[in-house]
Amino acid sequence: MSNAVMENSPAVPAEIATFTATLILRRFDPDKDAEPYWQDFDVVMQGTDRVLDALHKIKWEQDGSLSFRRSCAHGVCGSDAMRINGKNRLACKTLIKDLDISKPIYIEAIKGLPLEKDLIVNMDPFLESFKAVNPFLMAGSVPKDGKERKQSPIERARYDDTTKCILCAACTSSCPVFWTDGQYFGPAAIVNAHRFIFDSRDEGSQVRLDILNDKEGVWRCRTTFNCTDACPRGIEVTKAIAEVKQAILRGKS
Amino acid sequence: MIIRKEGSLLPQNPPDTLASKPLSTPKISFPRRPAGTLYRGREGMWSWVMHRITGVAIYFFLLVHILDTSLVRLSPESYNAVISSYKTPIMGLGEIALVAAIGLHALNGLRIILIDFWSVGTKHQRLMFYIVIGLWIVLLAGFVPRQLMHIFGGAA
Ligand code: SF4
Ligand code: FES
Repeated sequence: MSNAVMENSPAVPAEIATFTATLILRRFDPDKDAEPYWQDFDVVMQGTDRVLDALHKIKWEQDGSLSFRRSCAHGVCGSDAMRINGKNRLACKTLIKDLDISKPIYIEAIKGLPLEKDLIVNMDPFLESFKAVNPFLMAGSVPKDGKERKQSPIERARYDDTTKCILCAACTSSCPVFWTDGQYFGPAAIVNAHRFIFDSRDEGSQVRLDILNDKEGVWRCRTTFNCTDACPRGIEVTKAIAEVKQAILRGKS
Repeated sequence: MIIRKEGSLLPQNPPDTLASKPLSTPKISFPRRPAGTLYRGREGMWSWVMHRITGVAIYFFLLVHILDTSLVRLSPESYNAVISSYKTPIMGLGEIALVAAIGLHALNGLRIILIDFWSVGTKHQRLMFYIVIGLWIVLLAGFVPRQLMHIFGGAA
């Protein structure tokens, strides 16, 4: 009898499993602190939660003064690159359950750019080197019939990988050369130069190759592959840099 | 729930308990690593670190080596004195370190050349790193026992 009652009662959704994760954040408020310091937070998380959700929970429920950048929350805008357990990752693409939650999760700002507050750095030096490689189509001629510039799928595929960059700075701020020499253009600028250097429609590749042949250009790259490991878009950054090196030595191919 | 207390309506709970409590009061850690954590790079980064360290070490060895060989022109006696001091066991162990450093620097140098000049070099860099380590261990396995015998086995 009681069984029948059970069967007819509406199904209660199974309770979603939760777990507690400890986050240790590197905090810094330029108005109050002389030095950055580490602060612990415990948050209850679900298997579908990302590091960004944990940061939101902390900001909304525990400490409203926590500062970090984010916009799209889906790995498109490139706002929330940060160092998670010592590796550059997007907070919105890193699931907490994929990290080792038996240990605290260390989160800090990306390295090598001036720290402004908590997880926010000044991106200006990064964007300056991006601008310096002329990241736009340079064409001296008017296209035939005044219409579009044609490109075959094979020509398009040549630089497909480097079109995916979202300028998150995860690569540049993972580079040991960039940490010690802020003048180095950095992987992201080279990736975006590569995107136009190997574009068949572009006529300014020699200009860019000359810029990157600089002392602070591609030759600073020491092939540590930190950038390739860090890129959230899976761009083969070191390979793109190697191709630009080859293009400088042997001409574009 | 509202209770009547001395003629006025008062919420049973004081207002600051109405919001849900944070799970734990945020506590400030003692600055364990105030300078930030070590970047967790992978094989590529560590091969670069080792390449740099061995490179600098070999540079200083060469500097000293040029000085001691040039001694022979100034005074052959002091040259002989310096060279005989190299025959001590400490220097023998130093030679092992030197061979290890040069071996690693040379093998990894070949890997870097392949990364830069071989079209699929960047793809296989991790595999090449382990090949470098493997060859290096083979090299040391061939050299170290003989050298140890040489140092500690007396005449050889
Ligand atoms: S190349 Fe990758 S890691 Fe570097 S800025 Fe672009 S998306 Fe970010
Ligand atoms: S918030 Fe846009 S990439 Fe993470």
